[in-house]
This record gives sequence, C-alpha cells and structure tokens, in this order.
Amino acid sequence: MLAHSLFFYFFSTITVFSSMMVIVSKNAVYSVFFLILVFVTTSILFIMIGAEFLGMVMLIVYVGAVAVLFLFVVMMLNVSQKIKKESSRKGFINNISVGLFVGIIIFLELLVVIGGWKYKDTFVSLSSLNLNEELTNTHALGNVLYTEYIHLFQISGMILLIAMIGAITLTFKKREDIKRQNYFDQISREKSSAVSLVDVESNKGVKIDD
Amino acid sequence: MIEIGLGNYLTLAAIIFTIGIVGIFINRKNIIIILMSIELMLLAVNINLVSFSIYLQNLTGQVFSMFVLTVAAAEAAVGLAIIVVYYKNKGSIDVEQISNLKG
Repeated sequence: MLAHSLFFYFFSTITVFSSMMVIVSKNAVYSVFFLILVFVTTSILFIMIGAEFLGMVMLIVYVGAVAVLFLFVVMMLNVSQKIKKESSRKGFINNISVGLFVGIIIFLELLVVIGGWKYKDTFVSLSSLNLNEELTNTHALGNVLYTEYIHLFQISGMILLIAMIGAITLTFKKREDIKRQNYFDQISREKSSAVSLVDVESNKGVKIDD
Repeated sequence: MIEIGLGNYLTLAAIIFTIGIVGIFINRKNIIIILMSIELMLLAVNINLVSFSIYLQNLTGQVFSMFVLTVAAAEAAVGLAIIVVYYKNKGSIDVEQISNLKG
C-alpha cells in the first residue's frame, strides 16, 4: 500500500507539473512534448489503478496519434517564431488575472463537490477490491463493449469515419495545372462523336485533322 | 494520506481540469495551445470516469472513457484541419485576429 501511494504521488506530481508547463510554455513545440508527458504519466496511473486496457489504448491513441498530429501541425505552421517577433504583451496580465480568478473558483467548487461527497464504505479502499484473476481487464471490457454497448461502439466508428472525411475534404487542395480523369465524360462518349468513317479513293489520300 | 482513495484521483482530475480552463484563458496568442487545453480537460474527465469505474467495480465508466477518447481524437483531427486551412488562407492563427464573423 505504501508503494502504491508513493507511485501515485510521484506520477501525479509529474502530471500536474507538466500540464502546467503545457499552458505556460512560450514555444508550442515544448507544449506538445509536455502534453505527451501528461498522457504517458496518466496512462501509467491508469495501469496502476487496474485499468490496463484503457491505459494502453490511451498510450496508443493519444501519444501515438493525437500528440504526433499536434506536433506535425505545430512544426508545419511554424508559429513559434512569428509569436516571438511581435511582442504584444498588452492584455496578457489582464488575461492571467481573469483566468486565475475563474480557475480558482472552479477548482474550489470541484473541491467542495469532492469533499462533500459521502463515500460508501465498501468502495473507498483499494485493498478491498476483489479483482477477478481469471478475467482480465481487456476481456471484461470486451464482454461489455461488444454486447451492451455495441450500438454506441458502431456509432463511435462512424464518428471517426466522418472526422476522417471532414479532415480530408477540408485540407484537400484541387490543383488546376494537372490533367485528371473525368469519368462522366469518358463513360458518356459516343461512337458518333469519336469515330468518323471515310471512303478513301486510291491515289488521292485523305485529309486528317481539319 | 498513505491510503490512496477515490478522493485523491478526483482531486488530481480537478487540478488538471482547472489547469485546462486557465490555459484557455491565458493563451491569447496560439490557438493550438487552446486545443491542447481542451485535450487536458478531456483527460481529466477520463481520469474521473476510470477512477469511479475502478472503485465502484463497474465497467461502464471505462467504456464511456473509451468513447470520450474517440470523440477527442476526432475533434483533434477536425480542429487541426480547420487550423491548417485557416493558416493557408490568412497566414496567421493569432486568436485576437480571428474575428471575421464579428461575433
């Protein structure tokens, strides 16, 4: 139990510190790196608490896909140098004060909610959890996900498909300087518009391309 | 203090959520960092769902956390695509200058 609490405090300290660094970094690339650190430590916390499958999925999806996508966009847009040049610090202090005010209020509200909660005695302690040894977390999750939540699962697949189509159509650039196929024109081409038959007399030839 | 309960995880999630909100407020330069703050807030929600799921011995929270993850990935893809298109058209993604809609 001591090891669990030590690991919890260690990783949660790293998580909080690096999520602070995400929002205060000047350079957006550093923000993305700290975001990756937040995701990795959170997935470690998930694995530690017993949600192994979700921790691994988080590692794959967030670190492998989302954070790398952010990194690509940050490097492609090259905004960090533009921001350094222009030094419009006006309103920055005002933003910080308003943001801290709202943030402190929301944090206090959340603490009131958490602290005012009456926990049932049966689930408060981690040692009282009876983890099923035969059924792994992945297996149990699959049992629920593919039976009770199969419709939500398929709808989430549709959401991913629509997001993919949307991202492609948004960033698709139609180029004018290249030849491309026009399927409708090709299919609707008739014999009369393409082929002309001529009688060629001998020793006179025929005039082509007039 | 030694015993890690549900309250510790909920407090951690509350801290991360608050950091996400403050990040939206104080970043007036870079819209990508605002998207990252939204990702942080979704992560805090995930921590809440997973810790409740573990301590209640009910797998529904983890299933919903997976759906939150799906939506977060889709949202990041579409949002970044919009940012790329905007940058191509305007040459800047400064938040203060994005006021074409005059909202």
